[in-house]
Amino acid sequence: MKPNDPDIYWVEPPRLGLAEKLYLPLVVDGMRTTLRHLVSPKVTVSFPEERPRIDNPLIYRGVHRLNRDEQGRVKCVACFLCATACPAHCIDIVGAESPWPDREKYPESFTIDELRCIFCGMCEEACPVDAIELTSLFDLTGRSREEMIFDKEKLLSIYDMTKDAEPMRTAAQEAER
Amino acid sequence: MPQVIVDGQTVELEDHERLNGIEVARRVGVEIPHYCWHPGLSVVASCRMCLVETGTRHPQTGEIQILPKLVPACQTPARDGTVFITNSEKVKHSRALVEEALLWNHPVDCPICDKAGECQLQDYYFEHGQPQRRADIRPFTSRRRDVGPTVTLFVDRCVMCSRCVRFCREVAGTSELMVVQRGSHEEIDVFPGYPLANKLAGNVVDLCPVGALGDKDFLYRQRVWFLRRHEGVCAGCATGCSLWIEENQQRIWRLKPRTNPHVNKWWICDDGRYSYHHVHREDRLLGVRRRVPEGSKLVEWNAAVEAIPAELAGAQRLAGVFSPHLTVEEAWLLATLLRRQNPQAKLFLGPVPRSGQDEKFPGGFTIRAEKCPNRLGVEAVLWHFMGCLCTWEELLEELATAAGNGTSAYDAVLVAGGYIQPWMDEGAAARFAHVPLLVVQDLFPSPLAEAATWLLPAAAFAERDGSYVNAQYRLQSFCWAVRPPVGVWSQGQLYWRMLGRSGLFDARAALREAARDVSALSAAIGDIPPLGIDLRTNLLAAT
Repeated sequence: MKPNDPDIYWVEPPRLGLAEKLYLPLVVDGMRTTLRHLVSPKVTVSFPEERPRIDNPLIYRGVHRLNRDEQGRVKCVACFLCATACPAHCIDIVGAESPWPDREKYPESFTIDELRCIFCGMCEEACPVDAIELTSLFDLTGRSREEMIFDKEKLLSIYDMTKDAEPMRTAAQEAER
Repeated sequence: MPQVIVDGQTVELEDHERLNGIEVARRVGVEIPHYCWHPGLSVVASCRMCLVETGTRHPQTGEIQILPKLVPACQTPARDGTVFITNSEKVKHSRALVEEALLWNHPVDCPICDKAGECQLQDYYFEHGQPQRRADIRPFTSRRRDVGPTVTLFVDRCVMCSRCVRFCREVAGTSELMVVQRGSHEEIDVFPGYPLANKLAGNVVDLCPVGALGDKDFLYRQRVWFLRRHEGVCAGCATGCSLWIEENQQRIWRLKPRTNPHVNKWWICDDGRYSYHHVHREDRLLGVRRRVPEGSKLVEWNAAVEAIPAELAGAQRLAGVFSPHLTVEEAWLLATLLRRQNPQAKLFLGPVPRSGQDEKFPGGFTIRAEKCPNRLGVEAVLWHFMGCLCTWEELLEELATAAGNGTSAYDAVLVAGGYIQPWMDEGAAARFAHVPLLVVQDLFPSPLAEAATWLLPAAAFAERDGSYVNAQYRLQSFCWAVRPPVGVWSQGQLYWRMLGRSGLFDARAALREAARDVSALSAAIGDIPPLGIDLRTNLLAAT
């Protein structure tokens, strides 16, 4: 980019007056902020004894879940778009012909390597059927690497765990309407 | 010389060329979208996607007159003075309307459609369609119809281009597929009891510009944008069709025809299309085995490379068997090796697998009865070294005669196999029982492999560099598409190292050596173009 590029806005620093040159008003200003925080209520959460409060779980990017449709079947259609979008290559899907007459394709296996995942949320952006979503569960732990590779059953069970607290995004949007 | 004008650019044609608007436009880099037209099929001009403005230029005055109506470019021959306009507002509007009409009845189930990513409906809609869909139709699933043992039809995805119907009539000559109903109720179907079961059936899936026809072998296995394609040559029969080998993560997922006007045109047969499964079979031989009194032991490749030539050199009477599945380069290197170890070594052509008769199709496609890719190439090398051709039957007879006397005809026999189909029965293998040193290289276990002193695994056709000479003396070169399984060296690499050469096998250099010395291969001395070269011109020169 050249210095005369039209996209560049050149800003002149403000000229300092006498008060600014003395620095004293600024010191007082800074001390006021410090003192205000001394007396204001604490925001630090002493995790894990105390759980942090998540304001909007619908936009939080925690552990994944695989949603179920109205009949309790996995909603995913195995289109591989999440695996394509995933920058960390942590999603592995094996597609197959679905056993149900009204559906064409379903994931025979669906695994996410939660250790490899960077929780960017691209998978849920890419999903055309809102089957994969990120929940507000953030404190996932495991005793081995294998334990942290979540398969389809585990991802569905996360849905069962969280569906009441965090409704499916499409359902939430329709409810808003 | 006829001159055609496409969007203001002049295209000069040869006098003998008979091209339509789409082909002429392609010459100057203008892509006219089309669904129903295919260079290998008759013209029906039914999809209306290639509508363009056309006219003529007056030869004397140079005045250009444009027809008031749009005409299909696929059906408009390019003559001297023909003018095509492909980028006017009128044409663009027409394309947008065609795209809109095609999407009225289309399920738009791209996420689960196998064609997504290589679909012409997708591509053209992005390029020529309207940004907004005016019809408010919710996406739905496509009805699925079984039309044959290898092909399935998604009825609602079809755009009725009728390419598949014309293919079955004109190229396969079996006419299984047809259009039933009329107007917007048109559908592709088969007559009850006559499924799409000809040997070229898989081609309709490649021909389909949308996702209507699906290959059951590939259905739902991979998304096409994950696949990487490599140029290959089919090893299924002596036709040697040009292939695209499509692979992801060292696994072949499908084979597609690579257009080669000299060999297979646009098609391949189903036998070839599904022939890649043997590459990933579980029972492939892995690792070098040396027989010891208590069974066999695994040997490091580097040790085998030293030991085998030394053992072969000790043999007074040495024989080599060259399977017609070897590439020209491998046959050349192996023959050179055997002759160096023993100048009297006798080189035999391995059994040539055959089944039935050559099958010819009306479209000019032939499936050969000879089920190996490179008999002529291996024969050329053997002729060079032997001055005659010794067959497998001769070797078996020599062995049988000697076995009758309780001896062996040879002190050492090296069998370079690599057969895809089972090729060795107990009886033939028993003839080798008296051979003191038997080196066998093959893909799969066989009775002969059990009798071997040295058992070497082989690499499959998609795992090797090399060249095949097909039944029409066309030499085609190819590079590996997938790596051989862990523990397997390709034949070329093994012979290269056995000859004492360092580094990696260089197929190009090996072919150049062979072409220098073998007169029948002399045309291969230069670079091999992707479509291969015809060796026959040089055969005539040599005689």
